[in-house]
Amino acid sequence: MASLQDIRRRIKSVKSIQQITNAMNMVATSRLRQAKEAAVANKPYADKMAQVVSDVAKNVTDFSHPLLEVYPGGKRLILVMTSDKGLAGAYSSNAIKEAVSQVVDKGNTQLITVGRKARDYFSNRGYDVCSEYIGVSERPKFDNAKDIAENIIERFKSGEIEEVYMVYTRFISAINCVPETVKLLPFGNLATEEGEEKKIRSEYIYEPNAAEVLGYLLPQYLVTTIYAALLQASASELSSRMNAMSNATDNAQELIAKLDLHYNKVRQAGITREITEIVGGAEALK
Amino acid sequence: MATIKLEIVSPDKIVYSADIDMLIVRSTDGELGILPHHAPLVTGLVPHAMRVKMEGTEKLVAVGGGFMEVQPEKISVLASVAELPEDIDADRARKSMERAKQRIEAYKAGGEARGDINLLRAEASLQRALARLKALGTKGDI
Repeated sequence: MASLQDIRRRIKSVKSIQQITNAMNMVATSRLRQAKEAAVANKPYADKMAQVVSDVAKNVTDFSHPLLEVYPGGKRLILVMTSDKGLAGAYSSNAIKEAVSQVVDKGNTQLITVGRKARDYFSNRGYDVCSEYIGVSERPKFDNAKDIAENIIERFKSGEIEEVYMVYTRFISAINCVPETVKLLPFGNLATEEGEEKKIRSEYIYEPNAAEVLGYLLPQYLVTTIYAALLQASASELSSRMNAMSNATDNAQELIAKLDLHYNKVRQAGITREITEIVGGAEALK
Repeated sequence: MATIKLEIVSPDKIVYSADIDMLIVRSTDGELGILPHHAPLVTGLVPHAMRVKMEGTEKLVAVGGGFMEVQPEKISVLASVAELPEDIDADRARKSMERAKQRIEAYKAGGEARGDINLLRAEASLQRALARLKALGTKGDI
């Protein structure tokens, strides 16, 4: 049986763990608020961008652009967004699991990782990690999205990549975040929309012409999509961390209560035993 | 007099929103002036300082590339960066202009440094810095 001192030590250590998890919980909560605000503030831009791109695409026929080309037989490129730090529950491992399910042929897949967790996982298992971005996951900037998009566009244009997918965690609510895969390139969905709704032509004037405007818009559209995903991922990361840490704090509280009770029982048992011994000793002397 | 609603949106926020008399922008194809009841139009924008005319005054807004959608009642400018003069950090803009100029010089001079410099990037950065300084009302040359 553990001695009183051991139990006391244990209680002390659980209490200090609880202090840390509680602090992390509060930090995550306040950062989550910022991240949510950033995701909301990005919405008008992202919506408008999507709307204009699809409008323009409807007005363009026989348009060729490096980003609309198909390079058959090329590799598959996957962009995975995870966190740099742990202690966020299953956040990173869920995103990684989703990404792994997208890998059909390991030798024919390249990965771009955002966050230390994804990099460590994939490079330790012999995947081809061609670029990595560290230090952006918690507070992504528009420039980060731009760098990533430029990197992807360059690789795609070189012709060795057939498809580009993006795996990120969509933020639905503070307790509900779902990993999701989106196809980034080639921009296939624009073409289908174009086919279905060709009749509805908007009355826009395009300066200088629709094809050039679309060529100008597509790279920016990619940046916007990636930026929106980075913001969602950061909100998801923080909400996962917040949940994990608030659970940890609750568990620590429970553990402390149990240990306290145990401590009191052991102490009482000691006192009772001593009394019995004294009484027993006194009896023997009679 | 008729006015038109102008909304300038950057990825992080709505930078500016007001009813204005006229907007003058520099598109990828040259300067454009937009008055109320303009025909619907979409065009790309280069980094520059937009001129917003309103009640007899003119306000400058720096944008760093993006595009503009015009409808008869409303102009939406979607810029990767957009800053009002009061939000611009003049020192930073000046420094970034100098750095960009140096990089372009170094690139043109050739030599070993050339490999490290992305000319397109440096030029874009120079344009953005110039747009900011223009919006502040200061000249690029100091």
